[in-house]
Amino acid sequence: MRKSFAVARKEFRQIVRDRRTLMILLFVPTFFLLLFGYALNWDIRHVHLAVDDRDRTPESRSIVSAFVNSGYFDLVASIDEGQISAAMNGTDVRAVIVISSGLGRDLRVGRLVPVQVIINGDNANAATAVMGYSLTILQNESAKYQGRLAMAAVPLLSVEPRIWYNPELRSALFLVPGLIAYIAMLTAVISTALSIVREKERGTMEQVRMAPLDAASFVAGKTIPYFLISLVSSMVIVVVAMALFGLPMRGSWLLLLVAVSLFLVGALALGLLVSSIADTQQVAFQLAALVSFLPTLMLSGFIFPISSMPALLRAVTYVVPAKYFLIALRAIVLKGAGLSVYWTDLVALAIFAAATLALASARLKRQWV
Amino acid sequence: MNAITVNRLTRRFGEFVAVDDLTFDVREGEIFGFLGANGAGKSTTIRMLCGLLKPTSGAATVGGVDVGRDPEGVKRRIGYMSQRFSLYERLTVDQNIRFFGGLYGLDRARLADRRRFAIEIAGLEGREQMRTSDLAGGWRQRLALGCAILHEPRLVFLDEPTGGVDPVSRRQFWRLIDQLSASGVTVLVTTHYLDEAEHCHRIGIMHAGRLAALGSIDELKGIFRHRPIVEVQATNPVEAMRQLDQMPEIEKTSVFGTAVHAVLRPDRPLAPAALDDRLRRAGVPVTAIGPVQPSLEDVFFEVVEAAGSQHGRPAEAASGARP
Ligand SMILES: Nc1ncnc2c1ncn2[C@@H]1O[C@H](COP(=O)(O)OP(=O)(O)OP(=O)(O)O)[C@@H](O)[C@H]1O
Ligand SMILES: [Mg+2]
Repeated sequence: MRKSFAVARKEFRQIVRDRRTLMILLFVPTFFLLLFGYALNWDIRHVHLAVDDRDRTPESRSIVSAFVNSGYFDLVASIDEGQISAAMNGTDVRAVIVISSGLGRDLRVGRLVPVQVIINGDNANAATAVMGYSLTILQNESAKYQGRLAMAAVPLLSVEPRIWYNPELRSALFLVPGLIAYIAMLTAVISTALSIVREKERGTMEQVRMAPLDAASFVAGKTIPYFLISLVSSMVIVVVAMALFGLPMRGSWLLLLVAVSLFLVGALALGLLVSSIADTQQVAFQLAALVSFLPTLMLSGFIFPISSMPALLRAVTYVVPAKYFLIALRAIVLKGAGLSVYWTDLVALAIFAAATLALASARLKRQWV
Repeated sequence: MNAITVNRLTRRFGEFVAVDDLTFDVREGEIFGFLGANGAGKSTTIRMLCGLLKPTSGAATVGGVDVGRDPEGVKRRIGYMSQRFSLYERLTVDQNIRFFGGLYGLDRARLADRRRFAIEIAGLEGREQMRTSDLAGGWRQRLALGCAILHEPRLVFLDEPTGGVDPVSRRQFWRLIDQLSASGVTVLVTTHYLDEAEHCHRIGIMHAGRLAALGSIDELKGIFRHRPIVEVQATNPVEAMRQLDQMPEIEKTSVFGTAVHAVLRPDRPLAPAALDDRLRRAGVPVTAIGPVQPSLEDVFFEVVEAAGSQHGRPAEAASGARP
């Protein structure tokens, strides 16, 4: 234990002395987040709107002007039913309000009327926002008639959103947890793998092996600093995402910490496994990038929905830890869901971490003596 | 008592036999030198003795502990400086010492004591906070030695400790080795410098994984006991060598700096004066000629050649010099 501490202290000192590595570990993740985050279009004012008003009554015109006066929408066209597809397929119109005929009459007698809002979903973030605005605007409109009719608080106007092109609405908020997983995985695996292979390459490993120190203490000492640094940098990403991208943090910080820790232990174990295979830093880097980068990006549900993958790939995703981490992270951060929703995913993460750690230490131990 | 006993130690890498059936002892307090060309198997032997590499067959005891059975026990008792040993370059002198002290589990008081010792033998007083990467080779090697013996082992293995270091630093380093030995520590050291081997109490010459010769320098020189060596200085050494090689009394010749060394056959004595005469008559002007004592270099090439021609069987000196 004291010897692990000696190794950990040495490793910390090496990292701190090497400003570059420290910067990479702590700030590059956040930089990535900013880069990816802002690459998505966040400007959701002046949404170009077309209106298909089939009612043409004071009530329907009131709804249209409420949209325009909100400041979020610019009315660019008044169209009829046959033109909707053409308008949406063009690059200009982002949303269409469809007001069916008879809306004014129905409202006056207090009947519930749906208003269809067609939204272009290719920019999921904007689509979510547009949907939110529409809902608010229509609720306000609805309130006018409720007051007049002295009815209970049942809104008379309901939104019928139709999201085209991206019906799952995978918003940027949805992507942020994926980014966290991706960045944490990459830095944890690569930094651990490189730090051990560097010692092999430089020959200091052999000197350390001579000391009365077992493989486990060495590995523990080596990984503790990277664990702590990765944990800090993951948390920094979460906080930055909250501050800049409005990532909600609906669940418990403690559970978030548990999920991130389990995920990181698995990532570090993967780094150890790589270091037990590679003998040069170059090979280690490539191998680490390969095992962390590709699966986390492609097979975790980060970018491509797992449900739409071919069966074979879907089977492979079961050994991709980021998949479980993403489920847990989205549940905690976006939904504030309780442990009962994702405890199986945490267990899966723990199993992955334990299995990889066991495999890696068995290999390293064999090479130790 | 023997500090190290090696019995038929063998190590293969696949088909390749890196260390082949090695048997020898190292006495307590002795400086034992390993000589041998690149790839002779010196490092592989040392790594097995240190418990870093499992022998394929055979056995060895180091400090009374069986290497195969208790490698950890061996590690506790010895200090080792590997051929590639570099300290952690990003860390300072002091941080390196503290790290290795921590690995060896030294307590605070002992660490402080040993830290002083390591800095003193490295000659780094006042430079404790320097980065190791900024140290010149000689200081780095001595610091590495200090770090390798922080735990005061009674047995030290040094694998080419002076590789790539300037002559002054080499001499300083060997002074440290002599001091260790004087304090009763057993030292097993490999080197490519024959002049360094003069510091060793006994020498083992390795060739192609085998021990080709073993003994003190005097014992090893004994292979020339019955075969005098004549040193010839000539204005044209190449021609001199050609002529000498044709004489039936001459067993072999070799270039030695600007001179030629001629080894005479044991059964055909030939006075240097007669040799001089014969060379002059053959038209080779000789500037100086006379008998010389065999040098370690003569011994080394003789042993390696003999081992090569007999396909690795130990030269006569090996058995002849055995205690
Ligand atoms: N891990 C290994 N795998 C395969 N072959 C090896 C391994 N280690 C050493 N060898 C081979 O064993 C032979 C002996 O190597 P060793 O390092 O013991 O020689 P050496 O006498 O120390 O040489 P040098 O003077 O160059 O240090 C070499 O041919 C080397 O290539
Ligand atoms: Mg060697």
